[in-house]
Amino acid sequence: MGVEIEIKDLTKSFGRQLIWGDVTLTIPAGEICVMLGPSGTGKSVLLKTLIGLLKPDRGSVVIEGVDIASCSERDLYEVRKLFGVLFQDGAMFGSMNLYDNVAFPLREHTKKSESEIRKIVMEKMELVGLVGTEDKLPGEISGGMRKRAGIARGLVLDPEIILFDEPDSGLDPVRTSFLNQLIVDLNAQIDATFLIVTHDINTARTVPDNIGLLYHKHLAMFGPREMLLSSEEPVVRQFLNAQRVGPIGMSEEKDADELEAEKDQELPPLPPIPMQMEPSNGIPRRSQREPGSWCKENGVTPPPGSFEENMSMVTEV
Amino acid sequence: MSSLTASRVLAPIGTAGKLFAFALDVAKQLPRRPFQLKEFIQQAWFIASVTIIPTALVAIPFGAVIALQVGGLIKQFGAQSFTGSAAVLAVVREAGPIATALLIAGAGGSAIAADLGARKIREELDAMMVLGIDPIQRLVVPRVLAAMMVAVFLNGLVSIVGVIGGYFFNVVLQGGTPGAYLASFTALAQLPDLWQGMVKALIFGLIAAIVAAYKGMNAGGGPKGVGDAVNESVVITFLLLFVVNFIVTAVYFQLVPPKTG
Repeated sequence: MGVEIEIKDLTKSFGRQLIWGDVTLTIPAGEICVMLGPSGTGKSVLLKTLIGLLKPDRGSVVIEGVDIASCSERDLYEVRKLFGVLFQDGAMFGSMNLYDNVAFPLREHTKKSESEIRKIVMEKMELVGLVGTEDKLPGEISGGMRKRAGIARGLVLDPEIILFDEPDSGLDPVRTSFLNQLIVDLNAQIDATFLIVTHDINTARTVPDNIGLLYHKHLAMFGPREMLLSSEEPVVRQFLNAQRVGPIGMSEEKDADELEAEKDQELPPLPPIPMQMEPSNGIPRRSQREPGSWCKENGVTPPPGSFEENMSMVTEV
Repeated sequence: MSSLTASRVLAPIGTAGKLFAFALDVAKQLPRRPFQLKEFIQQAWFIASVTIIPTALVAIPFGAVIALQVGGLIKQFGAQSFTGSAAVLAVVREAGPIATALLIAGAGGSAIAADLGARKIREELDAMMVLGIDPIQRLVVPRVLAAMMVAVFLNGLVSIVGVIGGYFFNVVLQGGTPGAYLASFTALAQLPDLWQGMVKALIFGLIAAIVAAYKGMNAGGGPKGVGDAVNESVVITFLLLFVVNFIVTAVYFQLVPPKTG
């Protein structure tokens, strides 16, 4: 059973530069959320603020009644035991082999015997498909394997919340797809709360229950997947469909002249909403809903061709 | 505009404050159990292995230069019998701690800064904190203690090698008398000289490791950030060590008056 994260009026700046302000959202327990945003909008900063590695200027992050932003160091270390975090490059300890890396949290925080530890470690290694590489050092394996090893290490303490920092960066589309499947399967299996930070729209369109979009130093929108994918809101529409027409420019947002110039351009129609990725291990996810149910409940007509079984995953623009 | 200048002027004070705060954090974590004995031994071995040979090689010419300089000078005064005493005094009081400082900062400190800096940019330190482990207790405390211990040993090494080097140059090359060189050892030097050398080395080891760890853990901006951190840590440590050396020496002369023959 996952844990809810309640974020309220969160503001963070480095020196004089505001990263984002007044971010308010609730990440529901047990669901998969994706946080999107153009490069450099502070997605990773948000993630690090959620685990207390960075202190926000204002606002609160409440997990099980503890405010990460203002609690004591001791409480922080306690709350962090609820978390499993996958860093961008896996952040494996370079001096230990993969087995010791994955076993590390168990040896530090539990009084389990070596044979129990071995059982858990091998189970998690099998889950991410790394059996046979236990003796390798992190420097000797590929980036994708390091990421998977990072997931294994993040899972050994049975976390309630799992955070992924760009799981798809530096991976080829096939490996990304496998990793996404792994995320969905894991959610079905352990029921934890998942938050994925990424700018890969394919991941965002098919994996999560909820999507958030950080843009222009604030949270532009946060809600169910179908709500954002059927949204006509210019920023959301532009980003989720990878279009050039819209308020986001090459560097930061476009200025008034540029927007004026493309005022009359015809926006391409919204592409159909793809099916959500299903768990491959046969375990139903508790938070998964019928395709199209949000659209139906809210009287929104999804773009034509939505929720068709054999629809192409890649969006044509 | 004025606030910009103010912030520029005050920036170094802020950095110094952060360095002290970091040192306090390290002190706070010092008694925390479990003590990382394995890490301590590994680090001590590592620092010793990168410093011992360079230190010995630096100490020989150090002793030799002192022997040559003092030997020539003392001949002019007609006090050849005190050559040994002068060499011991110079090596044990000053050359030992200074050579130790250079090597601990240059070889040991730079290695610590590079190691922690690399871990920082690979997010290993973040991962460690997320896994509920304080990197200061885990990584920094053993390194600081290791650097302090190795510094004291290096000081002893420099003292011995320096005195032997001085003996060689004085006796073999300058034709001094071995008996007089050895006999005059205690004419000017005294036991507290040795203690102050060791205390200095201890302090230098502490400063070098703290600065290196602070710089390494605050490295940023990719591989270049690590390079900068290493560079800055060596420069800052050198500056601090020479200032501290001066202060400790001044205090020492107040506390322990020089022997008056």
